[in-house]
Amino acid sequence: MSPRPGFVLDVDRSTPPTLFWRGERFSLERLPEGSRVIYAPEPIEPMKDPSAAIRAALTDPVGDQQPLPSLLRPDMKLTIAFDDISLPLPPMERPDIRQLVIEQVLDMAAEAGVDDVALIVALALHRRMTEAELRHALGDRIYDAFAPNGLLTQHDAEDPDALIHLGLTDQGEDVEINKRAAESDLLVYVNINLVAMDGGHKSVATGLASYKSLRHHHNPVTMQRSKSFMDQHRSELHSANWRMGRLIADAGVNVFQIETTLNNDTFPGAFKFLQKREWEWKAKDRLAYVAASSALDRTPARYARQIFHSVKAPHRMTSVQAGEVEAVHKVTTENVWAQQGVVVEGQTDILTMGLPYISPYNVNSILNPILVACLGLGYLFNMYRGKPLVREGGVLIMTHPTPWEFNPVHHPSYIDFFEQVLIETTDPIEVADRFEESFATDPWYIHLYRTGHAYHGVHPFYMWYWCAHALQHLGGVIIVGGDAPAVHRLGFRAASTLADALEMAADVVGPSPTLTHLHAPPILMADVQ
Amino acid sequence: MKALVLERNLPRFAASRMASLLGSGRGAGIGPLQLQDAGPPDLPGDDWYHLTPVLSGICGSDLATLDGRSSRYFEDLVSFPFVPGHEVVGVLEAGGRDHAGRELAAGTRAVIEPVLGCAPRHIEPMCPYCATGRTGLCGNVAFGALEPGLQTGFCADTGGGWSSAPLCAHTSQIHEVPGSFTDEEAVVIEPTACAVHAVLSAGVAEGDVVAVVGAGTLGLACTAALHNLVRPGTGCTVTVGAKHTHQRRRAEALGADTVVAPDQLARAVRRQSGSLVLAGRLTDGADVVFDCVGSSESITHALAMVRPRGRVVLVGMPGRVSIDLAPLWHRELTLVGAYAYGTESPPGATEPHRTFALAISLVASAQLGSLVSAAYPLERYEEAIAHAGAAGRRGAVKVVFDLRGRSDRTNRKGSTR
Repeated sequence: MSPRPGFVLDVDRSTPPTLFWRGERFSLERLPEGSRVIYAPEPIEPMKDPSAAIRAALTDPVGDQQPLPSLLRPDMKLTIAFDDISLPLPPMERPDIRQLVIEQVLDMAAEAGVDDVALIVALALHRRMTEAELRHALGDRIYDAFAPNGLLTQHDAEDPDALIHLGLTDQGEDVEINKRAAESDLLVYVNINLVAMDGGHKSVATGLASYKSLRHHHNPVTMQRSKSFMDQHRSELHSANWRMGRLIADAGVNVFQIETTLNNDTFPGAFKFLQKREWEWKAKDRLAYVAASSALDRTPARYARQIFHSVKAPHRMTSVQAGEVEAVHKVTTENVWAQQGVVVEGQTDILTMGLPYISPYNVNSILNPILVACLGLGYLFNMYRGKPLVREGGVLIMTHPTPWEFNPVHHPSYIDFFEQVLIETTDPIEVADRFEESFATDPWYIHLYRTGHAYHGVHPFYMWYWCAHALQHLGGVIIVGGDAPAVHRLGFRAASTLADALEMAADVVGPSPTLTHLHAPPILMADVQ
Repeated sequence: MKALVLERNLPRFAASRMASLLGSGRGAGIGPLQLQDAGPPDLPGDDWYHLTPVLSGICGSDLATLDGRSSRYFEDLVSFPFVPGHEVVGVLEAGGRDHAGRELAAGTRAVIEPVLGCAPRHIEPMCPYCATGRTGLCGNVAFGALEPGLQTGFCADTGGGWSSAPLCAHTSQIHEVPGSFTDEEAVVIEPTACAVHAVLSAGVAEGDVVAVVGAGTLGLACTAALHNLVRPGTGCTVTVGAKHTHQRRRAEALGADTVVAPDQLARAVRRQSGSLVLAGRLTDGADVVFDCVGSSESITHALAMVRPRGRVVLVGMPGRVSIDLAPLWHRELTLVGAYAYGTESPPGATEPHRTFALAISLVASAQLGSLVSAAYPLERYEEAIAHAGAAGRRGAVKVVFDLRGRSDRTNRKGSTR
């Protein structure tokens, strides 16, 4: 049976309660009659032979690029860069797609007699991955072959000796990227394109860039002009990356882009009910829900977090394409949409969403309040093409406990951002003007980023900028079940129940509002018409 | 007339100390403090005058005494029984002369500079400190014409502010209150003078990063003093650790650059000083830290956030504390006290100023009268002291005794909030 496309359910009297994520927990909520619930398409069929598909993509590239084997020669310098821990979500079961792709690239390099091969994790300003995370992404064989010899490194955006300034775009934007990557005869970039934002020129121009370069597009003005940043053609974020990417190509950096897409088979066995439509739950799904939710309700948050972060997703590859960056990305974007796109008629007054335990920046970590905001107002709000799901001046209601809790190893500057910046202002423009530089250049954050497993000092600012479009668009944000002081610090309102939140929202949008629930994960993209 | 009198009664001190374990000021009703009939004490000399208290503040040192937490160091520096209250604004019953020798008419409002140094004790020649205006450093506070007592409010001979009966004020202690001042503004002159002295003697230099631990009366007054007296000449940045929301708002209004929760203060200082962290301490840190709490925790905290060779100023009265001094030795820190007042040389001044004169100006310019949050009649002293002991938590800063008659309370400008 072929997978069913996405679906917009009109809630009526017979509709069963809808599942809402609440971090490491979930609840069933009864939505008002007339509400809509948007469900993602079912997981599409994965490629039957991923290895063959990868080999085919490498030997038969798209766009103006030669087959990979013909680009390889013994005396060359080859660099393979790849996406970091932020992709995919949740981390996938072994073998990770990066391992499958890189193994074949390395096999071809070995066949061609290439000796000078280096692997670089394209961290940008993200935290460094741990050995266990790298072994999971690459497999033990690759890790053991490269890491002990110093040939597997993590991009260091703060090492001046490891960066090279390639010039300025016609908009005056600095393009400064990883020197080894830029000076290689061939740069192979291996992507996991979980959402439409990923990949394209953003891979190299962001993933291997320095703060000096990133600040040109990771800023509130750019994000306010990206409507949405999931839609490349209406995204200033992408326009800037495309300008930079073309400059990188003009500077002579030969990029062989490999992009892969996954199906949205997000949860394994016991948690399968989380990606099913509630009215189709069978007895075993209901049993699984009751068992899981009652067990989680009795489990301290810390342990519940450990349980969920140990979950590996059964994602499977649905496409792989390689070659010239823009040609590759065009095909990739179509494939992402094929899995995630859902046509939705018109906007809504109130958009509800249940926030899960994970976002790109808290894998094996805590979804702190800033990341809660970013997940809702940054990522999920922007999962649209055309118009936002919620009308201008509408209200976003999210469910999440939003604990006042941070991982001090991963997010040290987040703590200070929350305590010292958001207490002063939540306006992204003012935040940027008054505080960004001091955080970005703080030697302690830089030290922790370079030597530990900390996100760069400026990273919480980027999370807040990710919210800038939504903050400008929305009339209000309410977090149901959120820790009130933390929610207020974010500039939002806290509600105890969904019913309370709907009453509060009515003060903003008026009586008898329309309501739409974004039933994610699994990830979906709304094509709002 | 009534007065609250503190007697040396060890069982009652013990009871008060036990009760204070439930919270500062909780033992007032069972402690050594008693409300008694009182009359004006005899004037110790011709240069003494009777001053009838109008408002009298409850200070952290008063609370420490009542709680039995005060250091035994002070045992020989006080004389029992005494009437507490050294933050006093009152009215001169029959007029008098102020510290500069000016004649003041009967009914003039005045505050007292409570230190009982050589001049009030009629000690001649004066000690070198009193002779040079640094009365707070006087070592003769147990000698001379008076019973021991480092200040009015701790001396059996002078009376104190927690009384509707007059106290005795020496001419050297008397400062006339400007006519434009409310009583509330006047009563915070004394704690403000403590803050002015601490801030001006701390050696804050150009561009310094300054931290203030605590945002009670002293912390807020220090913030105001830094902003008004030190920042114009140094451009220092001031970061305050404030526990409660109302303290945070006040600190911001008084000129703090950054106000954070107490447990975030070291993080904020680290960020401002561009410091790294090593073994729980900053590698660099604040140039000057004002500890306005005086506990083991606050002093330890201050030592952890000050830069090598930096200065920690103890503004709040510490008692017996337990502190690891290894960082003080290793980082060559200066841990210095700041007690009371005297004369100061503010930046840019060509001649010394009396601390009280500077404090009077600061109270006016920073509108520090608003720190007075609650006023109680003497009869409700248990409530008043319990309120003062929990001031921050209960949204208050300075709690005072209101010794005005009922009609005065409603008619006088700026009646207590």
